[in-house]
Amino acid sequence: MTVMPVVKPELSTKVSVRNLDFFYGDQRALKNVTIGLHTNKVTAFIGPSGCGKSTLLRVLNRMYDLYPKQRAEGEVILDGENILDPRVDVNLLRSRVGMVFQKPTPFPMSIYENIAFGVRLYEKLSKAALDERVEEALRGAALWEEVKDKLHKSGLGLSGGQQQRLCIARSVAVQPEVILFDEPCSALDPISTAKVEELIDELSQRYTIAIVTHNMQQAVRVSDFTAFMYLGEITEFGETDAVFTAPREKRTQDYITGRFG
Amino acid sequence: MRRPPGFPFPLGEWRRAAGLRMEMALTEQTFEDPGVDNLAKEAHVSDIALSGERAKSAEIDRRQVLGKLGLFDRLFHKLTLSAAVLVLLLLGGVIVSLIQGSLPAIRAFGFGFLASQSWNPVTDNFGAMAPIYGTVTTSLIAMLVAVPVGLGVAVFLTELCPPPLRRPIGMAIELLAGIPSIIYGIWGLFVLAPFLQQYVQPALISTFADTPVLSTLFAGPPYGIGVLTAGLILGVMVLPFVASISRDVFETVPPVLKEAASGIGCTTWEVVRHVVIPYTRVGVIGGVMLGLGRALGETMAVTFVIGNAHKISGSLIAPGTTISATIANEFTEAVGDVYTSSLIELGLILFVITFVVLACARLLLMRIEQKAGA
Repeated sequence: MTVMPVVKPELSTKVSVRNLDFFYGDQRALKNVTIGLHTNKVTAFIGPSGCGKSTLLRVLNRMYDLYPKQRAEGEVILDGENILDPRVDVNLLRSRVGMVFQKPTPFPMSIYENIAFGVRLYEKLSKAALDERVEEALRGAALWEEVKDKLHKSGLGLSGGQQQRLCIARSVAVQPEVILFDEPCSALDPISTAKVEELIDELSQRYTIAIVTHNMQQAVRVSDFTAFMYLGEITEFGETDAVFTAPREKRTQDYITGRFG
Repeated sequence: MRRPPGFPFPLGEWRRAAGLRMEMALTEQTFEDPGVDNLAKEAHVSDIALSGERAKSAEIDRRQVLGKLGLFDRLFHKLTLSAAVLVLLLLGGVIVSLIQGSLPAIRAFGFGFLASQSWNPVTDNFGAMAPIYGTVTTSLIAMLVAVPVGLGVAVFLTELCPPPLRRPIGMAIELLAGIPSIIYGIWGLFVLAPFLQQYVQPALISTFADTPVLSTLFAGPPYGIGVLTAGLILGVMVLPFVASISRDVFETVPPVLKEAASGIGCTTWEVVRHVVIPYTRVGVIGGVMLGLGRALGETMAVTFVIGNAHKISGSLIAPGTTISATIANEFTEAVGDVYTSSLIELGLILFVITFVVLACARLLLMRIEQKAGA
């Protein structure tokens, strides 16, 4: 049984990756990857460890630029602009393409500052406007009720799940267009995971989201589209329920049913 | 949660179904071959029967071994305890002998010792103010030089340096720390001081001649040697401490934290300023304090270049003295109880200054941590 992904006409593509190759030194980690992330949709990347999921994510905001031996070839078009162009301002790009990591990474400062810090880099806001933005971001990350009385305490004092939502709030506060999640729940307990997943679902109303996950159920729960990657290539891409209920490739089926990986 | 399009069941059921599918797949895979499973169980049962007898003899052996280990453990405990006590005794001994040695001077001058500038062996009239001033001033100049440069080196090495240069520069820093202080002294006296005398000090004097405060700071003839020169030499000596400790603690910052900061659009400078330094501030302040400790107590190099004049001058280029330079210069020539005792009291004061600096550092750290709410 073959079900082709039905792409509805109203979908527009926010990020389109074309013929992307990626190298760690001499080692080729991505091979000719071509994929589009649809505006305000959640795209999940699944696949066995080392298949290039996180690498692909790190290309989308040029995080790899921090490391001298890593390079990407091909095109990544964000709103018509090729972000791999060396002339692109990476700091500006990263404020447009936010990232949430596997482990929570609160900065060594207060909860309030954790969020206000990123905002201040790009906008001059009055104290009141900044307060409002922080509250908005924390509410958006479903964290406001838990931290409103200790905004000026250290972000490091929060629980793991709260820290991760703080990091999401931080990403949201700079008002990006795309948010990348790199296994955001792998260090969290089930309750925190559920909260973060709900959050991702809500965020997808306003942001284009890419998420790397090792948890198949999570991919099913949160994503609209799923890409299956294997050895640096995207071997299957389509609407999530199509990929999970009727994968075209044998390997995808084997992976999602737990036969390998 | 989103309900998948085209699915007839309520969402909860659909999710459960998705989960179930996967569980079923897992179950199938794990228990495919019952034959292998049974074999494993039999092997396990026979294992238990055997291990009963073995356990008894093993228990006796184990008791003997534990007995020996217990004895060793107690010895080890006593050994480490006595090492710790030894440190306390040494510290106490040093303090007591310093106080005892300085008693004649304390009796003769009281607190006036701290406030007096005079240092006259002929009339046996001594005061510690000039050496204290020299010690504090040279150390401050040293920190003004060493802290920014040291932090700069550390940031460059950890954040910006191309990998092939990283090791050579790191090694050079460590070698700099290994140069004996007498060599710094020689270099200061024969190279740095003439250079300062010929080029830098005349320039400073003429440049700031009309500026109100700075004209007093850089007044008088350019001797070459003096408080400023000593401070600069100390700065060079302290620099490797600050640089290498800062580098080591900067390297403890998790890369993902730096990535996170870059991820919201921080430049390298902003990452360092707002994430790396706050994250490592305890370590950095520790390094700075270690450097300051060395600067306060450093003797040989300073004695070479400070000029050894017992007076407080408003000018930084005038000769001065420090506590340790005074002690090193005069201890062998000190005649009479009060003279010797005054020198020992100077040592006691240096000890107290170092202690106060360390205490202040601790306090500062506590304040910072409270402010950050950690």
